[in-house]
Amino acid sequence: MASPQKDSWGSRLGVIMAVAGSAVGLGNFIRFPGQAAQFGGGAFMIAYAISFLIIGLPIGWAEWAMGRYAGQRGYNSAAGVFHCLVPWRGSKYIGVLGAIIPLVIFMYYVVIEAWTLGYTVRFARAFFDPTLRFSTVAESQAYFAGFVGKDGDGTALRLDLDALLPWLVIVCGLNLVLIYRGISKGIQKVCEIGMPVLVILSLVVLARVLTLGTPDPAKPEQNVSIGLGYMWNPGKTLVVAADGTTLAEVVDADPAAQQAKAEQLAAATAGARVERKTVLSQLADPDLWLAAAGQIFFSLSVGFGVILVYASYLGPRDDLVLSGLTASATNEFCEVALGGLITLPAAVAFLGLAGVAGQGTFGLGFNVLPLVFSEMPAGSLFGAMFFFVLFIAAITSSLSMLQPGIALLEEALGIGRKGSVGLLGTLTALGTGFVAWFSRDLKALDTLDFWVGTFLIFVLAMIQIILFGWFFGIDRGWEELHRGAALRLPRFFRPILRYVCPAFLVTIFGLWVMENVIGWGRAEPSNYVTDLFEKGNPVAWLSIGLVVIVAAGLAFTIASSKKYPDDLSA
Amino acid sequence: MQPAGLFVMIASVGTVTVLFVWCVWKVLTQPAAEVEHLHGADFETPDVERP
Repeated sequence: MASPQKDSWGSRLGVIMAVAGSAVGLGNFIRFPGQAAQFGGGAFMIAYAISFLIIGLPIGWAEWAMGRYAGQRGYNSAAGVFHCLVPWRGSKYIGVLGAIIPLVIFMYYVVIEAWTLGYTVRFARAFFDPTLRFSTVAESQAYFAGFVGKDGDGTALRLDLDALLPWLVIVCGLNLVLIYRGISKGIQKVCEIGMPVLVILSLVVLARVLTLGTPDPAKPEQNVSIGLGYMWNPGKTLVVAADGTTLAEVVDADPAAQQAKAEQLAAATAGARVERKTVLSQLADPDLWLAAAGQIFFSLSVGFGVILVYASYLGPRDDLVLSGLTASATNEFCEVALGGLITLPAAVAFLGLAGVAGQGTFGLGFNVLPLVFSEMPAGSLFGAMFFFVLFIAAITSSLSMLQPGIALLEEALGIGRKGSVGLLGTLTALGTGFVAWFSRDLKALDTLDFWVGTFLIFVLAMIQIILFGWFFGIDRGWEELHRGAALRLPRFFRPILRYVCPAFLVTIFGLWVMENVIGWGRAEPSNYVTDLFEKGNPVAWLSIGLVVIVAAGLAFTIASSKKYPDDLSA
Repeated sequence: MQPAGLFVMIASVGTVTVLFVWCVWKVLTQPAAEVEHLHGADFETPDVERP
């Protein structure tokens, strides 16, 4: 048995803010609005709320309970937690996924974090020098491509305020310094300050966006109300080409006028027709459920080992139920009430529906929004604020990704904070350097995000919820969850934790694999598969190699450690 | 925005806001002795390197 845990949180609010900070990220402000708008706010929110209740909250609570249980027995790493819960020699190697995933995600997430810092400073500079504002989408796109090095490997690594390198160095250094300060003085302090600042700045930006009205009277169809309608109207009115391709979406405050406009547009294109999608027809679409469940799953940061590790530093009678609920509620508030009201209304008010439709997460965040803030009155100030909000959201998340690795190294090697941060700093510097160098088309980042940041997270989450319901045991888990709890969960969460959540997650994962890996309904598998097995893309393979090296290194560390004896009573 | 959209927006934003405010209120009003376990309230937290 390992020695009893000695690291700990300073206060209850501190751990809640840390977990919430880990969950609140760029996806809350950029990905969620795009997803909700794509499927129609009403239908999407129904699936989203159901997913929150049967995936988001249960997996989170399971992690809180298993983490605290193992922490009381001297284990803080995910490998240690698995070893503690399942007395089988292989369990610690499965648990090591809980260190591999956050560590690899950290390697590319800090690159994105550096973008947000660079854009914050760019808008702060534009406040004093208006020539730095963007005037066209093309200019904004070209700036982004140059900043991140999309046009060629290594091109972002130059000492220039309008390039990635200086911001990446600052961000990496900041993360390592803060993580070195430890749980209570580092992560907790940052989140206790950062999260309220994030909410306050977001509310300021939100107030600005909601009072934009119709910025250009010559373009009355570009206004905040249309933007909110695009996001929240439950049904969709689409103009569809003869081959089924969506040509345009029409939004108007008056449903009859909306239909008339759509018919007018359809009449102008040969073979086009108007398609009306209701809430019920949207809910019958598996893609909507996949999108809603995926958004909840990734937004709450459940399933990738961070909550497991954070909870291991709690005391034996610290509350878990209310803490887990509060952290999730904070994330949902930032996502729905802030992200859902800021991003798309602002973008539509300046660029119209055509300028926003079909934009991916990065397109919306780093091509569309910079232009929006450049055109907005006092936009440099609000742009700097918005990107600083994204930076806070990112750093509170990236810090959480380092702690599982730190916990594993300290636990397995018996080394102190200085040694573990030194080791991890070297490893992450190499990995981040790899991602930053292979920046052409963001291939390394994209590959790692798909296979580790999505695929492996799904796998670990399924393992964790099955571990909780079937190996740790629902009775023991329920008792652990309620020890010292400030709230009691309704009993219907027991079958949800044991049956519904695993079944729903397996189904969603199966659908996701069929659609995104195998390429179900498409002529060929997804790019991520063809990159590896058909095109033999060297950067894609090197990215997989990086994951394998990290996994092998951590597995070897565990194998050579005496902290995980095969006989737990030893 | 149409009336149905306004309803969806108010219901969604209202629900998460009420949940968030209620949770924060509940956390902050819990008796300190029950919930505050200040393991790390000392000036030297045990997770940092000691000489």
